[in-house]
Parts: sequence; C-alpha cells; structure tokens
Amino acid sequence: MDLSYSAEYEAFRAEVAGFLAGSWPLKGAEAELPSEQKAALFRGRAIEAGYLARSIPKRYGGSQQAPDVLKAQIIREEFFRARAPGDLAGIGPSMLVPTLLEKGAEWQKEKFIGPTMRGEIVWCQGYSEPGSGSDLASLQTRAEIVGNEWVINGQKIWTSGAHVADYMFCLCRTERDAPKHAGISYLLLAMKQPGIEVRPLRQMTGASDFNEVFFSDARTPLDWIVGKRGEGWIVSRTTLKHERNMIGDAATTVTMFQGLVSLAKRSLRDGRPALDDPGIRQRIVQLEGYVRSHQYSGYRQLTKAAKAQDPGRVGLMNKLMSTNLGQEMAKIALDLIGDDGLLEPTERRLGAPRENGQWVGQFLWSLGSAVAGGTANIQRNVIGERGLGLPRDAAAQRS
Amino acid sequence: MNFDLSEEQEMLQATVGQFAADQCPPTRRRAIFDGPDGHDTELWQGLLELGLGAIAVPEEYGGAGLELLDLALVAEVLGAGAVPGPFLGHSLAGLAILYAGSDAQKKTWLPKLAAGDLLGTVAFAEGDGRWQPDEWTMNSGATIDGSKAHVPFGEHADLFVVGTRGGGLALCERGARGLSLEPLRGIDRTRRISSLRLSGTPCDVLPGGPAAAGRVRDAALVMLAADAFGGAATLLDLSVEYAKTRQQFGVTIGSFQALKHQLASMAVEVEPARALYWYAAHAFDRIPEESERSAALAKAHLTQVYTQVARDAVEAHGGIGFTWESDVQIYFKRALFDRAFLGTPVVHRERAAVLAGW
Repeated sequence: MDLSYSAEYEAFRAEVAGFLAGSWPLKGAEAELPSEQKAALFRGRAIEAGYLARSIPKRYGGSQQAPDVLKAQIIREEFFRARAPGDLAGIGPSMLVPTLLEKGAEWQKEKFIGPTMRGEIVWCQGYSEPGSGSDLASLQTRAEIVGNEWVINGQKIWTSGAHVADYMFCLCRTERDAPKHAGISYLLLAMKQPGIEVRPLRQMTGASDFNEVFFSDARTPLDWIVGKRGEGWIVSRTTLKHERNMIGDAATTVTMFQGLVSLAKRSLRDGRPALDDPGIRQRIVQLEGYVRSHQYSGYRQLTKAAKAQDPGRVGLMNKLMSTNLGQEMAKIALDLIGDDGLLEPTERRLGAPRENGQWVGQFLWSLGSAVAGGTANIQRNVIGERGLGLPRDAAAQRS
Repeated sequence: MNFDLSEEQEMLQATVGQFAADQCPPTRRRAIFDGPDGHDTELWQGLLELGLGAIAVPEEYGGAGLELLDLALVAEVLGAGAVPGPFLGHSLAGLAILYAGSDAQKKTWLPKLAAGDLLGTVAFAEGDGRWQPDEWTMNSGATIDGSKAHVPFGEHADLFVVGTRGGGLALCERGARGLSLEPLRGIDRTRRISSLRLSGTPCDVLPGGPAAAGRVRDAALVMLAADAFGGAATLLDLSVEYAKTRQQFGVTIGSFQALKHQLASMAVEVEPARALYWYAAHAFDRIPEESERSAALAKAHLTQVYTQVARDAVEAHGGIGFTWESDVQIYFKRALFDRAFLGTPVVHRERAAVLAGW
C-alpha cells in the first residue's frame, strides 16, 4: 500500500495545476461575462487541453484521451481545488452521451454530442410514468408512425428539468403486440413544440425541479430513434463506459461531515459547544466510522479500477452508502440546530459555509436522494440479487 | 496511489485460509469450543509452523519481518474461520517486547516466542473497564503485586506482559513466586481468559514501556478490528447461503424482499468496513500522526458492526440460529469478545474525539 502518487502522476498533477493557474478564473474582459458563458468558454479550453470530455472522440467534440482513472481522479481533485468548472454532470452528458456513443447513428453523434458536452443544449429523460416506476418496462406512452414522423401520445412524470430542456430522450411503446420489454423504442424529440405540455411539480422543499410532461400528438422525425424499433429497453440499459467516478461521492460525503463537525462546534448547549456533549460526540464519531469506511473503500475501488480489476460487490453499494450517510448527517444536524428547525430551508450559497437553514434543506434533500434514480429499496434489491446472488422475487420473475 | 494488497499479502491470506479450512473444520472447532480449556496445541503448532508466531517481528529475532498490516490480514482470516487459540495475546506479547524491550530482552525472548517454544500473553485489564495504559495502577520494581483480569489463555501462557503504572510494561514468568491464575467463565470459548494475581512476584521491567504501551494497545485494536471484519464477513456469507437453500412456501426464502433487504443491509455494513481496518493498519505502519486515532476508530466501528451483524445473522437463520449447535453462536460470542476486549466502542469513540482535538 502506498497512498502517494508516482512521479509520473505528480508531474501530471503539476501540469493540470499549471493549466488551471493560467486559465481559471478568467481574466480581463472575459471575467465580466455572464457565469454560464465563462464556464462554457473555460470548458472549451479544458477540452482542448485534454482535461475534460476525455472519453469522447475528437470528431464529436471531446478530447479523446486514453482511459486512465488516476489521471481522471487528479483532474477532479485539482479542478475541485481551483473551483473550476468540471465535466457537466447533467443527464445529457452523463446518460445520453454514453448511450449515443455506444448505440447512436453517426449523424446523431455528430449533431448532439458536442453541443451537449459544451452545455449548449440541455436534455431531459422521459422514463417514469404515473403507473410505471420501479416496474419501468410496463410503460404505456405510445409512439406510432404517421407518414415520415413518430406521433407520440401519453404522459411522463418526475421529469427533472423538462421545463428548461431543449430535447428529451424518451422510452415509448411502439410495438403493440410484443412482450413488454420488447415493445419499447428509444426516441429523441424536441421539447419546444405544440404537442407537448410541461406542468411543474412542486417538491416538499418548495422548489420545482421536476415535472409532468403530457404528449398530445407530439411529433419527431422517423430517424430520431436510437437503436432499432423494439430495442429501446436494451438501449436504455447501455452501461456507462466513462472513467467512473468512484471517489466523487465519498468526497462529497467527507466534505459534508466536516461541515457537520463545524456545526457541532459552533452550536451551543447550555452555553458550551454542542461537541462537548457526550451524546453528540458519540453520534458524530460513530458516523465518522461509516464516513471513513466509505472514503477508504473509494481508495480501494480506485486502485482496482486503475488495475482494470473488478472491485466486487462493494461497487454496487456506493449510492446507498452516500444516501444513508447524507440522511444520518442531516438527522444529527437537525438536533444541533434546535429552534432553527422550525424555519424553512435556505438556499445553498456555493463556497460559503453551510448555514443552519441549509441543514434543514439537507434534511429534506437527503430524502430526495433516497427516492431519485432508483429508491433505496431498489438499491437493496440490486445488492441482494446482483451482489449476493439471491433469487429474484417470485412475482417479479413472472412479469 | 495503491490502496490494495500485494500479491504476497493475498498469498499470505490464502495460505492461512487454506490451513484453517483443512485443519480447523467446523467439527474440530466445535470440539475445541465445547472442550475444557479451548486450546488445541496441535492446531497452534500448525499455525506456528506457518510462521505466524511473530509476524511483525524482525527476522533477526526469528520473526517473519513483516508489518502490522500483515499481522492484521492474518487476524482477519483467523476471525473469518473463528479459529480458536492464543494468536492475539501471543502476537501482542511479542510486539510489546519488540517495542519496549532492551536488546538483551529482545534476544532472550523474541526467538522463543517466534518459534513457539514459549506461549506469550498480555495482562492489561484491571476491571471496571480499565484497560488503557494511563489507567494501569500496579507498581513494578524487582517484584510486582496486584491483579489483572481477562488475560487471554493465561492458564497456558509461559510469559506474561503486565501493564503497570504510568503505561509501564513488565515481564513475569509462569511458575514464578506468588503468581497464580484463576480461569474465568468467558463468553468466547475460542479465546479463553483468566484472572492473574501477582504477590511479590519477580518481574523484569521493559525499559521502553511508557513510550511503547500505547503502540501495543493500538496494534491490538487493529487486530481486533481485523478479526471483527473477518467474522462479520463469514456471518454474512453463512446467512446468504442459508437464504439460498432454505425453502418455505415452495420457494427459497432469499427471494423474499424482507430477508433480501436485511441481507443487503448487512452487506452494506460489512463490505466497506474492510477498508477502515486496512487504513488503520496502514496508518500504524506508515502514517504515524494518524495511527492512534485510526486504530481507535477502526476498533469502535468494526466491533460494533460485528456485534450487530451477529444479531442479524441469528435472525436470518431463524430458530436454528439461536441453538448451541449452530456455528452462528460461535461467531456471535467472538463478536462480544472483540467488542469488549481493550474497551468498548463507546470508550474508543470518546478517545477518537479527544484525539481529533474535539
């Protein structure tokens, strides 16, 4: 074991740091641009330098670098340190782009990947429906061919960002008589058209990030399909072949834990820091056992990935770990902030220390992360079935 | 950046694991567990022949010349097999002499411990939860007086490393004047314990004791954490195996979501925690400023996890899990040993808080 990086990688780290010192933050007239333009300008230069969009071929607007998880990790660390914009994390870059790279037609790659990676176009994901959540393949939204177009009718729900998206990648039932998984196609469509109505849903946090989307004869060209008719389910399962970010989650968790300790130091109990309270000390150190396990387990997974070895079933557990820890930290924080738990959550200001009202926000948001992208219960199914080799539920097996 | 085992370390674990599987199958383990004194000299001899008598002692003293990480990796494998015997106390006695002994003391004792000519153990506990070096109260000079509790395999040990006032360490030999032992009805029958009385007993003080006792304690905490990981991982495997074989309502019970989720939750407790004990062992060997706190955190966390996973494993097995004949109870009781020996999780969490400056 050796937690330091070799000379080759330390040289690479110095190179990245040197690039950042010269290019972020922007200087002169560029510093006066709106923040989104600044980020886009910088991302273009970082791609040019080979630090972002590393797994994307140059002809589609990426920097086409050989996969190297340690370099990817060093880039993330240095960009994080410099507070520089990293690879876009939205659903377009993280889900659609890898899917197009693997299964898309050449014209689709050329048209969509570059603008998506630069943040010029924004996507939303049309998967869940009111009657189809965990059992997604039972979805009912129909698409039929009329002339040289697909005509779409039905409804999607929990569609994050539909109110700002330019395009949607959408699962639709196209093969009426096929078995449920084989009757689905993966379509791309423009959001700004008469046949689409977006209604925002308000979350318990008060914010509106996701929506209902209604299709009434919405249209999209015949060749805006990824893969063949009836292959949509398989296309949607395309695995992410990115340099996977194993430590990313854990770094967020560690940062939040440090924030919790700060909160316990500045919160008072009978005029003394709450961190002096034996009960609070025990809870925080008990939590730290899990936080450090998650962090060091990330080191091990990173090492395995660098050696192109399978990290084993622990790789299936990262999301559930992060979710559990986010919730536990929020629970302790709520006890620490006391009366401030009576107030509405306040918005997070980037780079500023977390205020009490933001911990209320964390108490609500951490529940969101237990539900989004597969509930914690679905995660346990995956760990049980794929990780431990337990048989599927008899009812799920039949359908 | 390499946070993984070397090929040699993987080989070490595989070798010890194979030995445990061959030489300590459930039937033999059960016989030792139910037997009168919990010590199978033939099994212990086999471990010594593998070179496990003094893993982290330099070769010049007859040891294997490896590090604490290697010692902990072996502790994990022996924990995974719930292998009965005096590995813990014997290893710690060797480390105490290595860290605190004079050259002469090292030359006298370490080769004999490494070869297994002598069985070593440690006597630290003074009752009422007093285990830590700064809590020891016995005065030592040419002779020593007082009592120690919870001495692993005291009945069989030839050489005792006794904790004394101010974090000192002193050696006493079996058969010395005024030394007497009383077996205790310990919960873990794979690691028997005794109380030790010393009355005007001649002793040999280890000169480096006050500087080294904390280090011996930290090594012990990492070994207990490693044992806990090994045991918890086996309990998870046993529970999963049972859920895949046991049939009810015409299907294997592992297909029921309630049980599947319980097993998944156990896995999420156990799997990532491996890295916590690895890190503590690595810090002990290579990152001195983090060594003490990492050991405390690993011991508190892993023994807590082991205890909870042991309870979950009994539940997952149903009635059979609650019987004396089930192997689950052997692990359950090792979990209780790992948890209480050298201080409970509560004690080490508080130490970790203090060590962080909180």
